[in-house]
Amino acid sequence: MRLKNVVRRAFLPPFQSLGRALVRAGAVIRLYATDLACIRSGREVFAGVNFTVAAGEALLVVGRNGAGKSSLLRVLAGLIHPAAGKLVLEGGKPEFSIAEQAHYVGHQDAVRPALTVVENLAFWARYLASPGGPGMVPETSAAGPGADGTSTATEAALEALALTHLASLPAAYLSAGQKRRLALARIVAVPRPIWLLDEPTSALDTATQQRLAELMRRHLTAGGIILAATHGPIGLDGAQELRLGA
Amino acid sequence: MSALAALLVRDVRLAVRLGGGAPMGVLFFLIVVTLVPFALGPDMALLRRIGPAILWLGALLASLLALDRLFAADYEDGSLDLILMSTVPLELAVGAKALAHWLTTGLPLVIAVPVLALFLDLEPLAMGAVALTLLVGTPALTFIGAVGAALAVTLRRGGLILPILILPLTVPVLIFGVSAANAAVVGPVPFGTPFTILCGLSLISFIIGPFAAAAALRHGLD
Repeated sequence: MRLKNVVRRAFLPPFQSLGRALVRAGAVIRLYATDLACIRSGREVFAGVNFTVAAGEALLVVGRNGAGKSSLLRVLAGLIHPAAGKLVLEGGKPEFSIAEQAHYVGHQDAVRPALTVVENLAFWARYLASPGGPGMVPETSAAGPGADGTSTATEAALEALALTHLASLPAAYLSAGQKRRLALARIVAVPRPIWLLDEPTSALDTATQQRLAELMRRHLTAGGIILAATHGPIGLDGAQELRLGA
Repeated sequence: MSALAALLVRDVRLAVRLGGGAPMGVLFFLIVVTLVPFALGPDMALLRRIGPAILWLGALLASLLALDRLFAADYEDGSLDLILMSTVPLELAVGAKALAHWLTTGLPLVIAVPVLALFLDLEPLAMGAVALTLLVGTPALTFIGAVGAALAVTLRRGGLILPILILPLTVPVLIFGVSAANAAVVGPVPFGTPFTILCGLSLISFIIGPFAAAAALRHGLD
């Protein structure tokens, strides 16, 4: 099942060891895009997008409705091929693609109503955190002990999003905000350096918005990167702003 | 392995909890098989002779019933995006999902065969032959069907186009499944000849199905 990695390990040993050396030397990651363009069914959504985000930095993607905020995040998540431009992650793990080192929380929460809250989360934790998968770069324990898809990580993530009391409830009974919290618990349970959040605060109450802001600040302190599409402040001071469709 | 096992367990658990696939498939199978004697009349000798073919046709149609849900639910709720972003190769994820689908919809059909064979007055030997060929052949139907399910996932009302895409591709499986079942009862070909080809068709579908379905999913989502 590690087919992809086996192939990569066979062909990429020099790059991999270089990557490891950089990590050991405390090298930080940096994500940059040059002249990125996206075309959806013949219509240009955005073009000429440039940005650089380094470890510990956040980039807020803003713009009117339909400016291409969600499309930009989906391009970064590897779900849409960019029509033009380059997207590079420096200092990451070269054997993994950018998408494999990123978490994506889109408009859909990927929560299955027939499973309980903890079953939903435990599945994604196990599926996304395969052993030898992309952890944080550099490796830190900032995400908490055992944050590797184990049941401890699942419990810690439920705790972090205040879902512990709902753990055994079928997800069908969750409100929109609680479903969003469950989706966000997923990215806490499995450490990945890049967070791609599409309007993460939608449907969240103010207490949870503060909780999320705290989690995001902790992620940045640990050397992570956050790109968030948003219409309002999400509690990250000093974040860069990228305006689309201006 | 743990990621694929997690996906398999999740899909089986969902199928059992939602309760759609297995009972509906078996009931549909039952109805198709029951309709045939009404159409043909109570000619026991005729039913006995064409029994294996009827069971195979019924199983083929029943296995199509829930196939359009194979990727549709994951597409609708955004799970497919995350599956694509995982380090697990998409081909293996498709294989795990197809296996879970077969366990919850294909296997119950095989288990139902002995009961339905009584309706068609089949000998125990013929019943065993049909059950064995279906056990080997229905996974091929699911894995071939996965390609159609992947193609239909981004289409509105894709469920309607799915049988049209898939049924022509299942013809070889049907031919060798029925001929193996018949060979066991009446000959003249030894059972092993068509049965080996049926096994081969299944093995080919295990390889081609996941790769083609994964390519279709990647293309469809872009």
